Amino acid sequence: MSHLETALERRRKYLAGEFTLRDTVDRYLETIEKNRHLNAFVRVNAEGARAHAAEIDARRAAGKPLGPLAGVVVALKDNICQKGQIVSCASKILANFESPYDATVVEKIQAADGVVIGQTNMDEFAMGSSTENSAFGPALNPVNPEYVSGGSSGGSAVAVAAGMADISLGSDTGGSIRQPASFCGVVGLKPTYGRVSRYGLVAFASSLDQIGPFGRSVADTALMLSVISGEDPGDSTCVPAAVPDYVAGLDSDVAKLRIGLPEECFGEGLDPEVKDAINAVLDKLRADGHETVPVHLRMTDYAIATYYIIATAEASSNLARYDGVRYGVRSPRADALEDMYLHTRSEGFGAEVKRRIMLGTYVLSAGYYDAYYKKAQQVRRLIRREYDKAFESVDILLTPTTPTPAFRLGEKADDPLQMYLSDIYTVTVNLAGTCALSMPCGTSSSGMPIGLQLIGQPFKESELLAMAHKVEGML
Amino acid sequence: MSITIDQVAHVAKLAKLAFDEKDQEKMTRELGAILTYVDKLGELDTTGVEPMSHTSEVTNVMREDRVGTSLPREVALKNAPDAQDGYFKVPKVIK
Repeated sequence: MSHLETALERRRKYLAGEFTLRDTVDRYLETIEKNRHLNAFVRVNAEGARAHAAEIDARRAAGKPLGPLAGVVVALKDNICQKGQIVSCASKILANFESPYDATVVEKIQAADGVVIGQTNMDEFAMGSSTENSAFGPALNPVNPEYVSGGSSGGSAVAVAAGMADISLGSDTGGSIRQPASFCGVVGLKPTYGRVSRYGLVAFASSLDQIGPFGRSVADTALMLSVISGEDPGDSTCVPAAVPDYVAGLDSDVAKLRIGLPEECFGEGLDPEVKDAINAVLDKLRADGHETVPVHLRMTDYAIATYYIIATAEASSNLARYDGVRYGVRSPRADALEDMYLHTRSEGFGAEVKRRIMLGTYVLSAGYYDAYYKKAQQVRRLIRREYDKAFESVDILLTPTTPTPAFRLGEKADDPLQMYLSDIYTVTVNLAGTCALSMPCGTSSSGMPIGLQLIGQPFKESELLAMAHKVEGML
Repeated sequence: MSITIDQVAHVAKLAKLAFDEKDQEKMTRELGAILTYVDKLGELDTTGVEPMSHTSEVTNVMREDRVGTSLPREVALKNAPDAQDGYFKVPKVIK
């Protein structure tokens, strides 16, 4: 994986007094500056990060208790609100929006002594699979900058892969954490819907969105998940289930598992190099005594169609709030209210966001609702049933994260449908509402990382992470 | 199902988006391609399947009806493109 230290190693050394956090922040700011061409960050908060770091250093010096993220530098996707910071979702329409409050995950990170260093680049409003839809330009793949970083949380993946932060947060609506993690060679975790509060996450598709961490090791994502999980009065979809210590759970002995291999994720369209890399891992797992079982997720072929109806319908509704009245950039060409709405939205949103608002508005409009939206919601239930059925006979599912390694910049930019299809193995997880992670498992002949996806049962992140930790040790 | 340029114009109006002629034609082509693709859902028999709007198992989350803190008015108005006398201000409604 990475030659860089993990967050847990950094934390151990910090607690042992091997460095100050204040110096660390400066070093990371230099790394960000040196990697400016990768366009991973849209904003850094040098002053705030230095001040917070100095405050934690002072507490360490005074021998006071420190939180579980002490010594760790964190980056946030630019759709997660931090009080007093601009949060723009990489959109022109929110270019001047200063958040008046902290997202619950940000409150929890700061309470755990994590230092937030800045906001990372993304596809506008999290709509995309390459970060090419950002108003700030694309975030580039640190392995080879001619390739995309993936998306929509591309900047968060790059930040961790290139050592500009120890852990970052992204959001995953159809694969937006797992796909860039796979493309950049880091670990990305999408928790179960309802595990992590979405309060303060700018909404894209509310029934699918979930915040999750990127790390340079499975254990680092476990560390962050322990911090950000849990019930929240600000998000009533967040469940009251107890939050286990996910890091402690990693060392629990993983029993011999039955690993389901959905045949639909190993067929047509899968790059042979990706297939070989996954098969090599499967051989090791079988040698270790685990059983691999072919299963069917027959709805996989319908997943993208279902996803693009549901996600765009919810987006068209969620993005109606950007009207130039209460916040954001208002078009100066507005001399009457109706024109103000039209100009503000038409000038403020980028092409992909408009395309999705249009599609979502269409599928919800009178006469088409049943044919599209209701139909997609019915197929969604069939998808969930397939997962429930699969988990009756296996403990965990294993697939490639994406059909191919990272593609070149511009390669899919002119064909929305081809871009959408790069999420084929990840979207059903969001539709079913369960948890999954992507971890590196090899490299292509062109040198690009290959990712493996493990899919766990709802709220069984402990088992998912323990298995991933074990796989990590085999590679 | 395909979509006509008139339908695109109608949807744009609903979505409060404006497109010039060239973009409207492009949008018609792109939406047409996506809609043709999603038509494959028609292959599935979903008779009697209850639509699934979300996966959360939480229902009726209740709390005590207590007065809490909210954003002070000046903070809430800080991001407003235009404000006056403690209100959001918009351009005239009738031309």
